[in-house]
Amino acid sequence: MDFTTQLLIAAISAGTPLLLATLGGILTERAGIIQLGAEGLMLMGAVTTCIVYIRSGNLILALLSAVAITALLGMVHSFLCVTLRANQTMSGLAMTLFGSGLSAYVGKSISGIPLPGSLPKLDLAVLKPVPVLGELFGRLDMLTWFSLLLVLVLHLLIHHTSWGLHLRAVGDNPATADVMGIRVQLIRYCYVTAGAALIGLAGADMVLAYAPTWNEGLTAGLGWIAVGLVIFARWNPLRALFCAYFFGALDSLGFRIQLLGSAVPSYFLKMIPYVVTILVLMYLGYRNRNKPSGTPESLGTPYIREQRF
Amino acid sequence: MSPKPGNESATLPPLAGRSGRWYSLRLEYDSSRTRSPWWTPILSVVLALLLCAVFIAANGMSPLVVYEKMFRGAFGTSYGFTETMVKAIPLLLCGLGIAVAYRISVWNIGAEGQLTVGAMAATAVTIYFPGLSSFWSITLMLVFGTAAGALWGLMTAVPRTHFGVNELITSLMLNYVALLALDYVVFGPWKDPKGFNFPGSPMFTAAQSLPVLGSTRLHIGLVFGLVAVLIYYLMIRFTRWGYELRLIGANPTAARYAGIHIKKHIIIVMLISGGLAGIAGMAEVSGVTHKLMQGISPGYGYTAIIVAWLAKLNPLGLIVTSILFGGLIVGGYSVQTIGLPSSISEMLQGAILFFLIAGDMIHRFRIRRSA
Repeated sequence: MDFTTQLLIAAISAGTPLLLATLGGILTERAGIIQLGAEGLMLMGAVTTCIVYIRSGNLILALLSAVAITALLGMVHSFLCVTLRANQTMSGLAMTLFGSGLSAYVGKSISGIPLPGSLPKLDLAVLKPVPVLGELFGRLDMLTWFSLLLVLVLHLLIHHTSWGLHLRAVGDNPATADVMGIRVQLIRYCYVTAGAALIGLAGADMVLAYAPTWNEGLTAGLGWIAVGLVIFARWNPLRALFCAYFFGALDSLGFRIQLLGSAVPSYFLKMIPYVVTILVLMYLGYRNRNKPSGTPESLGTPYIREQRF
Repeated sequence: MSPKPGNESATLPPLAGRSGRWYSLRLEYDSSRTRSPWWTPILSVVLALLLCAVFIAANGMSPLVVYEKMFRGAFGTSYGFTETMVKAIPLLLCGLGIAVAYRISVWNIGAEGQLTVGAMAATAVTIYFPGLSSFWSITLMLVFGTAAGALWGLMTAVPRTHFGVNELITSLMLNYVALLALDYVVFGPWKDPKGFNFPGSPMFTAAQSLPVLGSTRLHIGLVFGLVAVLIYYLMIRFTRWGYELRLIGANPTAARYAGIHIKKHIIIVMLISGGLAGIAGMAEVSGVTHKLMQGISPGYGYTAIIVAWLAKLNPLGLIVTSILFGGLIVGGYSVQTIGLPSSISEMLQGAILFFLIAGDMIHRFRIRRSA
């Protein structure tokens, strides 16, 4: 295998959890609710997967419970932000704090125990003879395929269906959407919950495909990078694919440079994704200073229907 | 036998729903109730304790035993109490910084990184200027620590003001950068050659350490914190700058029309915010650990966010909440002796924040009868 193929595989395996979390963030924020709890949700998804998988040995059950738990947390977030109109920033921070505390607490008993298995891979015999792709596709696991499919589905959903139109309306101009008879609150609940579940799945993917054992604080800021990626991707699923893989590549590039015996201390290489996130956001901010950034126009503002007495 | 037609109104109750029965009650949002009541912080602590009790009980422990252990560990003994105060110092300083920034809705969550670089800069003084007198080394450490924290804050402020980058992401990314930089120096250039290969800087000399109270670990950093709180109160209350800050906080649009330079204020508050966290970092290395090492902060920067929120940015409240949360951290350590992870305190912190923001909003709803 040559360097490029290796890097591509590494980029995809490191990029998949980022992609899932970014897509979850896009869904949430398209509905107009800021999601800063990604880090905590990913940790909860990861720890739930580990506990259920180790205790039951059933992969599907583990994935389903991770999705269920994080969806529940997503409902808490939507209750606070949609029904109570609480501060969305603070609710997200609370989610991150609570998630990292609770995951460390419940994960203590299984810390360091390796998972009984990993994700099944799809065997595509047809593609085997194709030079790079054959090697590549043979290594993609079930969740990677799912995330790729999801990019397509979400792209079509958001931009080419009436559901997507409703979603965008709710995120851009909830008052108008309300007048048109769209149930703003219900839609917000649904998408925030679904988004949280996807972010939970991202956490599950991290432990299943990337680091097959639970450790406290295992996400190491990946959830926050996903929050940044939502902005990079300008709330667009197709762009999210490229952004997530770009970051996956960056992450593994640092690791590879280290393996090649570079003189640069590994600590500086590990800084690359964080520094690049800031620099790219600054570049985008500079370039788009006079242009619409693609932000859902009502992102962060709770919708209050005019009161009737 | 059915009643005669036309006679129902005499025998049946009036039609419900339209005429004010109990089930026509509904929740109504009252946007005029913006001031949150004094009891939400207390209630949120109580509810968070109850919620976490469920998780503790699910884990097969008695919540009462755990909480009693935590409380005793934090406030029950004089040793525990001074330890609580030691933890309260960085929380007070960082929380104050966060409160200043939050005044104008600048969400600094980078206190952790700002504290770390403050600690690193203070350590740099001990390494590059080893033979200074006590006065000069402490002064220089304080200046370097503050400047490093302020610089880290500036690196969050400038992307926000000049490039429109959300400060939440920048400040958090910089936390990870700072922690990696810390790892680099403690494993690399600043590692103590006589430290048995343990990652950490050489021990500080007595001249490089902050004075402590008697035989306890309580150091002079407490005075820094209290003085900073006093200055914060006076500045916000009595200066033009404080007035402008309050104005921006109340209504940014009006403030802009009034000719207040908001970008300048964002940069100033982030410099102050970072500088205060930098002082906290300096006080930690110089007053508590007496050397730079990994994990210099057990998440002080994040806990301080809740400290600031729970205090509702009120100076006196900050002192109370930072002691409470110092106790929570110490209490978290003390449950380790009965085999529980200290992350129990982090879980409690998150839950307190959840209930706090919910409580502040629930209070704004009124129960009304529909007419």
